[in-house]
Amino acid sequence: MNIFVCIKQVPDTEATLSVKDGKTINENNIKWIISPYDEYAIEEALKVKEKTPESNVTLITLGPKRCESALRSGLAMGAENAIHIETEEHIDNKTIARAIAYAIKQEGDYNLIFIGKQAIDDDAFLTHIYIAEYLGIPVATNVTLFKYESEKVFVEREIDGGEKEKIEMTTPCVIGAAKGLNTPRYPSLMGMMKAKKIPIKKLSLQDLEIEEIDNKIIIEKLFAPAEKPQGKIIEGEIENAVKELVRVLKDEVKVL
Amino acid sequence: MANIGIYVELKEDKLKKSNKEAISLAKRSEKDVYVIIFTNNLDQHLDELKGIKNIIQIKDQDLTYQPDYYSDTIANIIKDYNLNDFIGICSAQGKDLFPRIAAKIDASLVNDCIEIDFKNNSITKPVFAGRLLAKYRVENEFKMYTIRPNVFPVQAFGSEENPEIITKELNKKELKTKIVDIIKSDLKKIDLTEADIIVSGGRGMKEKENFKILEDIAQLLNAGVGASRAAVDAGFATSDMQVGQTGKVVNPKLYIACGVPGAIQHFAGMKTSKVIVAINKDSEAPIFKKADYGIVGDLFKIVPLLKKELENILE
Repeated sequence: MNIFVCIKQVPDTEATLSVKDGKTINENNIKWIISPYDEYAIEEALKVKEKTPESNVTLITLGPKRCESALRSGLAMGAENAIHIETEEHIDNKTIARAIAYAIKQEGDYNLIFIGKQAIDDDAFLTHIYIAEYLGIPVATNVTLFKYESEKVFVEREIDGGEKEKIEMTTPCVIGAAKGLNTPRYPSLMGMMKAKKIPIKKLSLQDLEIEEIDNKIIIEKLFAPAEKPQGKIIEGEIENAVKELVRVLKDEVKVL
Repeated sequence: MANIGIYVELKEDKLKKSNKEAISLAKRSEKDVYVIIFTNNLDQHLDELKGIKNIIQIKDQDLTYQPDYYSDTIANIIKDYNLNDFIGICSAQGKDLFPRIAAKIDASLVNDCIEIDFKNNSITKPVFAGRLLAKYRVENEFKMYTIRPNVFPVQAFGSEENPEIITKELNKKELKTKIVDIIKSDLKKIDLTEADIIVSGGRGMKEKENFKILEDIAQLLNAGVGASRAAVDAGFATSDMQVGQTGKVVNPKLYIACGVPGAIQHFAGMKTSKVIVAINKDSEAPIFKKADYGIVGDLFKIVPLLKKELENILE
């Protein structure tokens, strides 16, 4: 079985973000990680591989040169192959999905495609569904439970209010991974050694028949939201402080 | 003629709260507004759709949400009625449904919008979990948006003459992603993304059973119960309760954080709350820098006092 995992390299959640040229983030001194939801995607793919004979996991990413390190981390977790669609340009989610769908198709047969339900930089919640639509295959998003049995996929996905949808699909299909799906493993030392030697397949957008970048969603401005002014600590005995808090919430800011 | 459309999201055949925000936003555009509603009982919703000129009702024996049926049906309507701007809610269903439609009709979709300017085709949405905001320009004949709940103001609609009602059948061409069942939550949980008030617990709650004191307050205030990542990872709370960068982004009127130190990732998920209250024993906790009001002290003493005081004023 051929399993693909699409991953994106993003700034670490602890990274201090600043804006450069009004449109992009300043990449100096940023620690880069695999987007956490994509890590759940890798882990689930590896779990399927371990249970299914003759299967392999191929990672695929799109982005500038630095993204190679994300692929290396994923290989160190246990994936066998990696594809890097290398581009320095900013392209919108649709074009990204088209490129990835095309690259997957080029590899031949594909059975399962795992990907995080969102990347934690642009928080677009789009790419996984677009990939599925472009490949014409089923997709479930926000998946917290995954089961595979003879070409059938059963998933649970979280919806609002703590409820879950139970979904059935046939392969090939796309799974948008969410928190709760699994606990991603750490790469082993041996895994890291092995990962260093695996060749990464490099592709350009031209290789994927994307000749011209035609972004329909264009960034105009990236900026920090207004900061809240420093709040107020209500001092005094806690009995009185609680009374005062409730009074303020009810009578002054009127949120009760 | 370019029109504006809205997908009305129903939950158990009731309008979700944020539909009103979407309708108000559409009305302010001064374009002709069309709503698409999947229901066999339109009469019971007409009051809430007052002021809408065109209602497209989708009927079927079984209107259970199936993303393939719904997206095929809506995609056709958007094209047939020139709904060049199309709005929905950034809910679990909206995030599942809208990208499918956008792919089918080659529309451009932006999820989680907090500002939309229909004249200049510009949209603002949070990125990096709200640590930054991005303003985008959209250049496409068909533009789609899901809006963040609790952000756009609700206005009363002038009662126009009777709406024109167009009835359509559900398009059941193909079912690839098949929803076979819904697992209800054992507790009747308030949807955090739409909640007006959220009471939230962190590592300082110490154990799972202690969340009961937060649930008591939540019940009094008809509030949702949230949790920090640390509380979820420690098993005190379930992952659907997590607020923050890798959890839910919430936007209530009042957010009460109990025993939450206030990591940057947690803050990312709740900082747009109108009023933030922090209760924590560590006066140096970062949450106090971000909260509007704080009380320093033992939450296990303060929360019960708060409950008593709330009972007093709510009587």
